[in-house]
Amino acid sequence: MKVLIAKPGLDGHDRGAKVVAQALRDAGVEVVYSGLKRTPEEIVAEAIQEDVDVVGLSVLSGAHVLLARRVVDALRAQDADDIRVVVGGIIPPRDVQTLLGLGVTGVFPMGTPLPQIVAAFKEERA
Amino acid sequence: MREAKLHAGIPVKPVYGPEDVAGIDVERDVGRPGEYPYTRGIHPHMYRDRLWTMRQYIGFGTPAETNARFKYLMAHGQDALNVAFDLPTQLGLDSDDPRAEGEVGRVGMAIDTLADMEEAFDGIPLDRVSVSLTINGMAAPITAMYFAVAEKQGAARERVVTTPQNDILKEFIARGTWVYPVEPSLRLVGDLIEFSARNFPRSNPVSVCGYHIREAGCTTAQEMAYGLAIAAAYVELMLARGMTVDEFAPRLSFNFTCWGKIFEEVAKFRAGRRLYARMLRERFGATNPRSWMFRSLIGGGGSAFTVQEPENNIVRGAYIALAAALSGAQTMALPTFDEAYTIPSPKAQLVALRTMQICAEESGATDTADPLAGSYYVEAMTKAMEEKILEELAHVERMGGIVEAVKSGAIQAEVARQAYLFEQRLASGEVPKVAVNCYVGEGAAAADPEVELYAFDAGVAEAQVKKLARVRRERDDAAVAGVLRRLRDEARGSGNLMPVIMDAVKAYATLGEIARALKDVFGDYKEPVKF
Repeated sequence: MKVLIAKPGLDGHDRGAKVVAQALRDAGVEVVYSGLKRTPEEIVAEAIQEDVDVVGLSVLSGAHVLLARRVVDALRAQDADDIRVVVGGIIPPRDVQTLLGLGVTGVFPMGTPLPQIVAAFKEERA
Repeated sequence: MREAKLHAGIPVKPVYGPEDVAGIDVERDVGRPGEYPYTRGIHPHMYRDRLWTMRQYIGFGTPAETNARFKYLMAHGQDALNVAFDLPTQLGLDSDDPRAEGEVGRVGMAIDTLADMEEAFDGIPLDRVSVSLTINGMAAPITAMYFAVAEKQGAARERVVTTPQNDILKEFIARGTWVYPVEPSLRLVGDLIEFSARNFPRSNPVSVCGYHIREAGCTTAQEMAYGLAIAAAYVELMLARGMTVDEFAPRLSFNFTCWGKIFEEVAKFRAGRRLYARMLRERFGATNPRSWMFRSLIGGGGSAFTVQEPENNIVRGAYIALAAALSGAQTMALPTFDEAYTIPSPKAQLVALRTMQICAEESGATDTADPLAGSYYVEAMTKAMEEKILEELAHVERMGGIVEAVKSGAIQAEVARQAYLFEQRLASGEVPKVAVNCYVGEGAAAADPEVELYAFDAGVAEAQVKKLARVRRERDDAAVAGVLRRLRDEARGSGNLMPVIMDAVKAYATLGEIARALKDVFGDYKEPVKF
């Protein structure tokens, strides 16, 4: 299994992204980390090039709905919607359904225990 | 018996006694408050003469909305401001830039031109109120706008007190609002320090931050070590420009985090003050006592707060305030109990402000300077923390020094590694968090639906873009083009860029235009991606 952990938008807080990346790596997942401030288009290009199974977006700025929509749409436009998208960060409860409605397959709001996130990624393999 | 250990990894004994402080030279190492090496605080009477400044971090939406919240806090006894800017502003993007979509006014207020800054501080006398500006990559143009507003208000330059964060090294390590490569970014830091020292003598042109590095995952000892290493890098930068250390060091300031593990935080700050004083005096030859003083904003650590049972964060905040008071803070800020959820509500802001006021007025912590001095435990831990910080500083040297460690990404990788270790210690219960990993009752609590979430108004961006268009229409475009040309030319040279940046903001050049002009010359930063 291969995962791209990505930071879309302008938010520079990468503690969560890097912690999840390390936890996944320890769980035997191959992990690529995008670095900060990538555009949705750059993230989709990297996901396709790296041939990942899942893209994990980390957003703490509040722009998660807009950014997730862009990534999901861009994957579709590239005929790459077999790549799943999950989202973590400061996601208020009211936005969880909105994100799932966009086609995001997993949402990890603040406070989600790390083992639960790792387990959810592994289930995405199916 | 249960094991006990500080976050810095130092083991804690069940009892301390005279034997634990036998090696400490009290006169030399502890001294008296207000005297070198300032272990006990930088003022002789500490809070008996002057209480810490209360400076809650706030900013959101349009400058007009932020202006209203500033006035709300000031009406309730907050005596200084701490401004949050939105991400486009922090990164030098105008509100109508496509990359700014969805981010305008979201995590702070949007600033595009001097007109916005004028509105943000309308009715707030800048010769009387001190203002921190949480701005780094864009510190030079944003502080220029602030100085320009102060000038327009008729404030005397020597009465203007502002503290732009202007600490780009920690942005490369933790917070991520870098724009240009490391070297030109450092040049901008130096330009602002020099300009401010020469023109706005009471302003503090840099606030060296351990805060964000710790919040990104490092330990207490690393926080202090990295902060001291960054401060030393800026001192060297200014010395290399030909300034003498006492010309700028009295106005260097610090911004550090504080969690509720009280004695560890107290030991960290006491050790840090001692190390900083010795570094400035012995290594850099400063002779002005003000250059030796570690003046700090102590900000409660937002990452110490939890999403589970958010009311518990009010209690955590009270312990943090007490720890910060006992640590000798000059300025204090606390996160709000809704920190993990949202932009703070006015009520949450008020509770945080009241927490500091109750600590100041009711707890007795302010009655005497450094009340924990002489405690076997606190003195022994201060010494142990000092040794640990020195170890971490030696580690930074092995990475090639702080600037090289930033360029290679080695220090970013170390912080990420520590963040992961900490997460594992939380998961195992080694670091207890009430209602998170202990006393959780019937399963962990989900997010509390009762927390009032900030209603982000998409109309903010529209209003901001409209205002920007009006400013562009009404300004003298030829003058703007001329000053931006001059900015590019001067950026290619090596002189101080602040005067031309001041001219640019006064001509109502936009922040995006100024940032782009510099980018044309400096280029983009390429992040070393390691984890």
